[in-house]
Amino acid sequence: MQPIDAHALLSPWQPGMLSLTLYGVVVIALTLAILFLSRWLGRHQPNDEKLRVYESGIIPTGQARLRYPVPFFMVAIFFLIFDVEGAYIFSWAVASRPLGWAGWLQIEFFIGVLIAGLIYVWVKGGLEWGPKRD
Amino acid sequence: MNYLLGLIVLLIKIAVMLGGLLLVASYLVWLERKLLARLQIRLGPNRAGIFGLLQPIADAIKLLTKEEIVPTAADGFIFRLAPAVVAVTAMMMFAVVPLGPDIRLFGRSVPMVITDLNVGLLFVFALSSLGVYGVALGGWASNSKFALLGGIRGAAQMISYELALGLSLVPVVMLAGSFSLTAIVDAQSGVPFIVLQPVSFAIFVISAMAESKRIPFDLPEAENELGAGFHTEYSGMRFGLFFLGEYVHIQVLGALTAVFFLGGWHGPWLPPVVWLMLKIFIVALIMIWIRGTLPRLRYDQLMALGWKVLIPVSLINIVVTGAFIQFAGFS
Repeated sequence: MQPIDAHALLSPWQPGMLSLTLYGVVVIALTLAILFLSRWLGRHQPNDEKLRVYESGIIPTGQARLRYPVPFFMVAIFFLIFDVEGAYIFSWAVASRPLGWAGWLQIEFFIGVLIAGLIYVWVKGGLEWGPKRD
Repeated sequence: MNYLLGLIVLLIKIAVMLGGLLLVASYLVWLERKLLARLQIRLGPNRAGIFGLLQPIADAIKLLTKEEIVPTAADGFIFRLAPAVVAVTAMMMFAVVPLGPDIRLFGRSVPMVITDLNVGLLFVFALSSLGVYGVALGGWASNSKFALLGGIRGAAQMISYELALGLSLVPVVMLAGSFSLTAIVDAQSGVPFIVLQPVSFAIFVISAMAESKRIPFDLPEAENELGAGFHTEYSGMRFGLFFLGEYVHIQVLGALTAVFFLGGWHGPWLPPVVWLMLKIFIVALIMIWIRGTLPRLRYDQLMALGWKVLIPVSLINIVVTGAFIQFAGFS
């Protein structure tokens, strides 16, 4: 079912790399064509007021290159950690039947550690976003 | 000669697929406006053509001929790149969706899928993660405070939900024993996975809704807080590409829901493609209905739902399903 050899990979009759590449090229070309068309058809009458950033009628003060609040960085780090571990779970999932009970026990231990980590983050307050209620 | 014929067949396949995708996307906009209007006791678009059926064409012409504004303060290159990223990733995701069983043409079998990657599911995840860059970079490059807030929210929301989305599909991969979307559909020729995995299905649908940035999870846009969120500064066809990306994404989500849980193109009596389209249509309809019914969640509620409910539940679901598969040892 899977195209493996180089011939099948590049054959247009097979759902392999050639068709994916071609599809990608067509999609990108289509997007570029739309953008080009709108640049070509659209009018261009810029002025200072129009090119100012829209902030609901208030003249913007300063740049919007603000520093991100810390909780966003924290979520990004949690995501990175959990996502990498998710990748391990995936690699087990695809072979879960041949691995049998032994594999299941091992991944259950792994998931247990993962849940323990989540509980730790939770208890430490890493998942609290709302205003503090004390 | 044979190669050339194959190439032509392939190109026609791609053209039909993309054409259908864009046509359905534009009419989904019409359907959404019409249905939303009825839910809010309005009429909706009814001027262009009967029932406003020509509205999508009018919209496309309007967007194409609008002036495109790049604010002076914005980062020009990234500002121009961001909408294209959203549209391209949304369309690319459709490459791995199987539309039906192989058909015979000129004495050769033609697969009804653009590409049957053996890591199809990971391909979908990779592209949906890349799509977030469009939102985050678009918000950042605009150099507007509202857009920046929308972009940051978009990024944080996506990374919270992607975990639940990924983990909810682990049981599907376990049941099918493959990442290939074609193999996953084949595994559902008897029973669709929604019957075996209702919990996974619920988690998948909720996180997919969050992934599509629609009500009740439309915090990156949040019209009444942030202007238009990450695309506040966009106009003309660049805004149009964000819009197109959103509606193609609805179809992709419908197709993925169908492929992973509703049995893909399997179904009695009707031809396979019709079944798949019907399932996509039903999912899209439900998403529009939800948009007309639910309020928007608050930001901390959204994050809490993702991290404190969906992720633990999906992890436990994986453990239980794993044990069940080993215990039953079926197929």
